[in-house]
Amino acid sequence: MWGSTSGLHGHQPDCGTFRIGGSECWVADLGATTDSYQLTAAPPLTKESNVSSVPNPRRIYRGAKLPPTLYRWLSDWGEMVVDALVTLGDMAIFAGHMFRWMFSALPRRGTILPNFYYVGVLSLPVVALTGTFIGMVLAVQSYAQFHNIGLESRLGAVINMSLVRELGPVLAATMLAGRVGSAMAAVLGTMRVTEQIDALTSMGADPIHYLVVPRFLACIMLIPALTIMADFMGIVGGYFYSVIMLGIDHYQYLNNSRQFVGGWDFFMGIFKSFFFGGVIAIVSCYRGFHCEPGAEGVGRAATAAFVFSFVIILAIDLLLNIFLDAVYTAIWPHGARLI
Amino acid sequence: MTTTAEPTSSPSESSVSRDTPLVELRDLTLQFAGQTILQRINLSIPRGQTLVIIGESGCGKTMLLKSVVGLIKPTSGNVLYEGQDIHRLNAKEMTALRRKFGFVFQNAALFDSLSVGDNVAFPLVQHGVASGSQLRRIVSNGLAQVGLPDNVAAKRPAELSGGMRKRVGLARALVLEPELVLYDEPTTGLDPIMSDVINELILRTRQNLNVTSLVITHDMRTALKVADRVVMLYPFARLERGENQILYDGPAEGLETTSDRRVSQFVRGEAGERLMEMRRSEIRGFQETPDVSQYYGRQSN
Repeated sequence: MWGSTSGLHGHQPDCGTFRIGGSECWVADLGATTDSYQLTAAPPLTKESNVSSVPNPRRIYRGAKLPPTLYRWLSDWGEMVVDALVTLGDMAIFAGHMFRWMFSALPRRGTILPNFYYVGVLSLPVVALTGTFIGMVLAVQSYAQFHNIGLESRLGAVINMSLVRELGPVLAATMLAGRVGSAMAAVLGTMRVTEQIDALTSMGADPIHYLVVPRFLACIMLIPALTIMADFMGIVGGYFYSVIMLGIDHYQYLNNSRQFVGGWDFFMGIFKSFFFGGVIAIVSCYRGFHCEPGAEGVGRAATAAFVFSFVIILAIDLLLNIFLDAVYTAIWPHGARLI
Repeated sequence: MTTTAEPTSSPSESSVSRDTPLVELRDLTLQFAGQTILQRINLSIPRGQTLVIIGESGCGKTMLLKSVVGLIKPTSGNVLYEGQDIHRLNAKEMTALRRKFGFVFQNAALFDSLSVGDNVAFPLVQHGVASGSQLRRIVSNGLAQVGLPDNVAAKRPAELSGGMRKRVGLARALVLEPELVLYDEPTTGLDPIMSDVINELILRTRQNLNVTSLVITHDMRTALKVADRVVMLYPFARLERGENQILYDGPAEGLETTSDRRVSQFVRGEAGERLMEMRRSEIRGFQETPDVSQYYGRQSN
């Protein structure tokens, strides 16, 4: 069950415990995300077990001649890295369960539609508004530099390229993580704390199928629409500020945009947004399902959902950009465009 | 309760004798974060019996209840339902088995996003038992059975009082006509009158549906009123070495005359040595309080 976790330290293959620096840690089991918990305890230390081979910190210090402060620092960092790896592994198993349900049985329409409405319709205004402002801010920031070198007519290319490739999808994802992801974590966390998830299980419903799959579908299916909205409103905002407020020539602005921004750039943004939507749903639902008890636990789950989603979105963004650039170069080595 | 739900037939139903206990716990041990909560609990619940488990907070009552319905996997030991180890069942078998359970949670655990009617209808919809007008009729009957009017069905759980929520939780647990009903602290947080209403509902449910009930409580009035048999659990950490965690197992009437001081203290609600422990820790805390004047250096002089 937790083979991978315990495998980190190479002992106790069937239980969710591991030891770091001689201290015992208990790992919340995958079961908490499905239909049962696994309550396990680390067995007592024995001479035979590998656990007993974890050396005494003082002895390490004497042998390795490490100052205690450095030892503690290393130990803390080691613990953090192990915790992060365990969380990532647990999240991957959680996502695996969700995909298994998604391809075996779709949830009822009654559970999907409210999520679609909440994720899509209610997020549109805020995404549109922030998209508009980002377009205008880009115009303000870029104008001075481009004006100094006499290239202000190229502003359209810069603004629109940045928007459709990068800022549109990331902005839509950030808004979704803040507005929807935190709310998902808080709702599911409250359900966990008030035993509603246990109630679902006790009535024969799988909480992942009932609660996570509809949210995941809503996020991945509607984030492209939100990205298109952010792109569109950003383009409108950038055009408005550049042409109407700064007086850049209308024809030059649009012509440069058309020359530099192509279908591939648009495709890149939309393609990336699917991953962002998936990350938001999985991270937020996972955080909600693993919420600690009490109001503070729910608050922490909501905050962690946003922070983790955002960090992972940026990391994935980098990787996808590298991947997509490599794909682009492979398809069009001489820089030809899709359109 | 009148429902058209067909009784679920278990694959091994024919082979299960009427003498087989409905639920049996064998050497059930639960550990959490290295701490033992339940140690080698052996208990069997015959069909039709109302077993009340009493014990102070933290003794593992709720853990035991959740392990019976498979919400918690025991560290070791078995939970047998009609002779089948429920923790060895696959997901599909477990879902089918859960149709035979009704669980009344401590705070009702109603789904906030659904109306009261949808909450009661949830198990019926989930198991595909009824739909449309038939579903509405069953829900209406279910609410009537716990003394709630029809117009409550349209309300949200947040609009209900604690007692009403508990009753809706009971209606939801009974809507599939379960064989085993589990009550987790059914009267906690309720006024004495509403507690008595819930106790009456537990009794009535048993009479009308002939269900087996497992009630977890620390309310002695509930225990004395509804129990056919009472089991008292004691926190594992407080036991003497080798002592059984079940301090009492017998009829409710025998609780008053038991020779075990810990049981009679619990029944009478006396703090006993806990008060002494509290005083000892107060004295220790006072002795260990550092002299604050040292933090102010010589200024105190």
